[in-house]
Amino acid sequence: MSTVFLALQTNEDTRPIIEAILQDNPHAVCDEQPAMVKINAEGKLVVRRETIEELLGRDYDLQELQVNMITMSGNLDQTDDEMILFWKN
Amino acid sequence: MQIDLRTVSIKPLRHTFDNVARRIGADKPASRYQEGTLDMQQTANFHYRPTWAPEYDIYDASRTAIKMADWYAFKDPRQFYYGAYCLARAKQQETAEANFDFVENRGLAGTLPESVRDTVLKLLVPLRHVAWGSNMNNASVCAYSYGTGFSQPHIYHSMDQLGIAQYITRVGLLLGDVQTLDEGKRAWMEDDAWQGLRRFVEDSFVLQDPFELFVVQNVVLDGLLYPLVYETIIDDVLSSQGGTPVAMLTQFMTDWFTETKKWADATVKIAAAESAENKAILGKWLTDWRDRAAAALLPVARIALGDRTDEVMGEVVQQFNARMAKAGVAI
Amino acid sequence: MDMQVAKKKLGLKERYAVMTRGLDWTPSYQKMEDIYPYIAYEGIKIHDWDKWEDPFRLTMDAYWKYQAEKERKLYSVLDAYTQGNGHLNVTDARYLNTVKLFLSGISPLEYVAHRGFAHAGRQFPGPGPRVACLMQSVDEIRHAQTQVHAVSNYNKYYNGMHDFHHAHDRVWFLSVPKSFFDDAITAGPFEFMVSIGFSFEYVLTNLLFVPFVSGAAYNGDMAAMTFGFSAQSDEARHMTLGLEVIKFILEQDPDNVPIVQRWINKWTWRGYRVLTLVAMMMDYMLPKRTMSWKESWEIYFEENGGALFKDLARYGITMPKCAEHIALEKDHLSHQAWSTFYNYAAASNFHTWMPDEDEMDWLASKYPNSFDKHYRPRYEFWREQAAKGNRFYNKTLPMLCQTCQIPMIFTEPGDPTKICYREVDYKGDKYHFCSDHCKEIFEYEPEKYVQAWLPVHQIYQGNCFPEGTDPTVEGFDPLAAVLKYYHLENGRDNLDFEGSEDQKNFAEWRGQATKNI
Ligand SMILES: [Fe+2]
Ligand SMILES: [Fe+2]
Repeated sequence: MSTVFLALQTNEDTRPIIEAILQDNPHAVCDEQPAMVKINAEGKLVVRRETIEELLGRDYDLQELQVNMITMSGNLDQTDDEMILFWKN
Repeated sequence: MQIDLRTVSIKPLRHTFDNVARRIGADKPASRYQEGTLDMQQTANFHYRPTWAPEYDIYDASRTAIKMADWYAFKDPRQFYYGAYCLARAKQQETAEANFDFVENRGLAGTLPESVRDTVLKLLVPLRHVAWGSNMNNASVCAYSYGTGFSQPHIYHSMDQLGIAQYITRVGLLLGDVQTLDEGKRAWMEDDAWQGLRRFVEDSFVLQDPFELFVVQNVVLDGLLYPLVYETIIDDVLSSQGGTPVAMLTQFMTDWFTETKKWADATVKIAAAESAENKAILGKWLTDWRDRAAAALLPVARIALGDRTDEVMGEVVQQFNARMAKAGVAI
Repeated sequence: MDMQVAKKKLGLKERYAVMTRGLDWTPSYQKMEDIYPYIAYEGIKIHDWDKWEDPFRLTMDAYWKYQAEKERKLYSVLDAYTQGNGHLNVTDARYLNTVKLFLSGISPLEYVAHRGFAHAGRQFPGPGPRVACLMQSVDEIRHAQTQVHAVSNYNKYYNGMHDFHHAHDRVWFLSVPKSFFDDAITAGPFEFMVSIGFSFEYVLTNLLFVPFVSGAAYNGDMAAMTFGFSAQSDEARHMTLGLEVIKFILEQDPDNVPIVQRWINKWTWRGYRVLTLVAMMMDYMLPKRTMSWKESWEIYFEENGGALFKDLARYGITMPKCAEHIALEKDHLSHQAWSTFYNYAAASNFHTWMPDEDEMDWLASKYPNSFDKHYRPRYEFWREQAAKGNRFYNKTLPMLCQTCQIPMIFTEPGDPTKICYREVDYKGDKYHFCSDHCKEIFEYEPEKYVQAWLPVHQIYQGNCFPEGTDPTVEGFDPLAAVLKYYHLENGRDNLDFEGSEDQKNFAEWRGQATKNI
């Protein structure tokens, strides 16, 4: 299984988002670097809108994630409810 | 070690980049528009010729018949670099969003007289494709023109036209449904009323001179279409028939045209002022394409204006002529 | 009747499909091949343009909204940083040389990317690729401009950056990044997408930006860190476009596979050669190191790229074979590059220096197989010489590789004691190459690569002196004339960091800051 990852800027906007991602992906590993958090996960990583909204206490559009995204790897599938990064192998 | 550096008063060695200083005539602080625009495009020592057009350099001023001693004579009066551009559009899209919400939440689409709604859908929805064509033409001017002063506004214009195509789509969906879009495309492809305009647009796709394409698309076609459809038919004629909510939904386009024509005028003016040759070329392009565009728009205008079509079209052309005369090209 | 109730809310995918998809049409007044003249000659076969999916599905209103938010944040940080003399907070003035390298080497490429994607977007008939390319085009002018704006304040206080546009088109080593992008934009639109969209953005961009940006963060450069991260937030979209384009082309026709494979091989190598500059930046130019070049290559190429090529295996695409060569070079690349720039510091727009003892120890720990054996002795010798007043400046111009345009400094794969030379005879002339890969690229398209504007050849042909220069006069100093042509000021923009104006000013200004408190 290959690793996918998502790197986000570390700031007040992303704190609850990172928490939500780690909550929804128990297999994910969080790697903190200066001003940046890289979340690595075997095979697949799912970002769920609902979990972020719960932690944020407001409506959240997954496209907002782009404001704080630094880099990623894997194929991407995005809907209103989820953003999924995955490798097929 | 964090030190309080605000207390340090040091003298800078220079105030801007050398290329900017050369162009503005002195080493003095320059604007973000200037630093982000002047000489951004490479000019010398290109390594290879395009395999897709070996007769030209990667950027080549000889692609157009317009001759300029300095292509950075073109300045955008709005001083749009990317940041200023995005901020301006973000504000406008917020207004547009509020307008759509207002019309939607109060069910105002349902209050439109049947005839007004019909006219709007028939007239507006096929214009999605005209905007799409403009998106492509502006990408073309951006890609093949010379000097960032001239090329830069075209990428913004291109994205704006994509946005306009999407706003028209939303109007179509709000007043009709997905089939309305298909019907609009069918009319665009088949109905007599639209064929002159479609031919005009397709003919513009094969133009090779980027400056001519700027004239045809942004000066001539938009210069007649926007005053006709948005300023006259929607804001005036249909509003007086109970169609004010539609004017709210197309406010983006009205405001956009008011803003962008300042840039288009300034650009024509600078090119015309450069030489008598430029002025003659511009005069010919403007006249030829104005006549074609006016003829192509006539049956489209008739959808909403009926008997008054010729009279209104005549006024729009008069206005356009006056605009060009002010920009230095009498036609 | 309330029509609002009847209307179902469309999901992201349907909504985007409706917004964008139906917009194009099949022309009937002009021929397709006249409207889109460049999409056939590369031999790529596309049967259904609508199969191209843009996974981000951004409509323009959302684009303006989020991008404006990014811009607001970015410029407020830049303003605060400038007002507070933030430049005096960087670790040490040597750091500024990474900024110079970046501004003159990389920022102009962002601009070419902007024009290149406008061209590609114009030429592809389908709305999916058109919109994705144009969005990238407008993003790329953003990157070029935010970089210039972020560095603008550094230029006011430090040397080497003052005429970077002029430098980019002329200075010898800047022909390496310039020719890379010139090569891409002059290729056909599909190759452009594979070269920049896929190979550069997807496979290599992490190696350029993540080290540069975290390097900036480590070294107290808030301006570069902010524009870097802000640009990267667009990069996520671009990388996805790059991967989608490859999948799209490969799925369209099996005949496309060998063409794409050749492009991936070529552009991975071309891109890697440009990253030589990044390698030396990471290992030598950041006063406070983030990770070594070798580590970064292992994480971002070997691990992540490995996963990518495993994923693409289902199409019959394999890892480019240059990867083996690169693996052999990773212990040497940055050291050979830095040695070269140390040699040619008289003709460059940034300063170089010899690493101090601690830094040599760091290098030895990161490169246990190569540093102490091959490079430390050389550096110690140069350092001794410099201490005696014999700082070595090489005035003999090097032979350049015809393809990547880097001086022929690299050693044979597997033998760090022997310089690697390859050559080809073509139409009565001899062409030189740094490697089998550069040679192969040339051999496939010799008519393209013979056109290369090689800085050393150009100097020898007398094309790099200011207009009106007479090289035959008594006492003619070619280096001085070349520096004039570059618009570089001898003694200020070039030479060793030790004794430079940057070093002196920075120390003095920092001193003022500490005294005032
Ligand atoms: Fe970029
Ligand atoms: Fe090479």
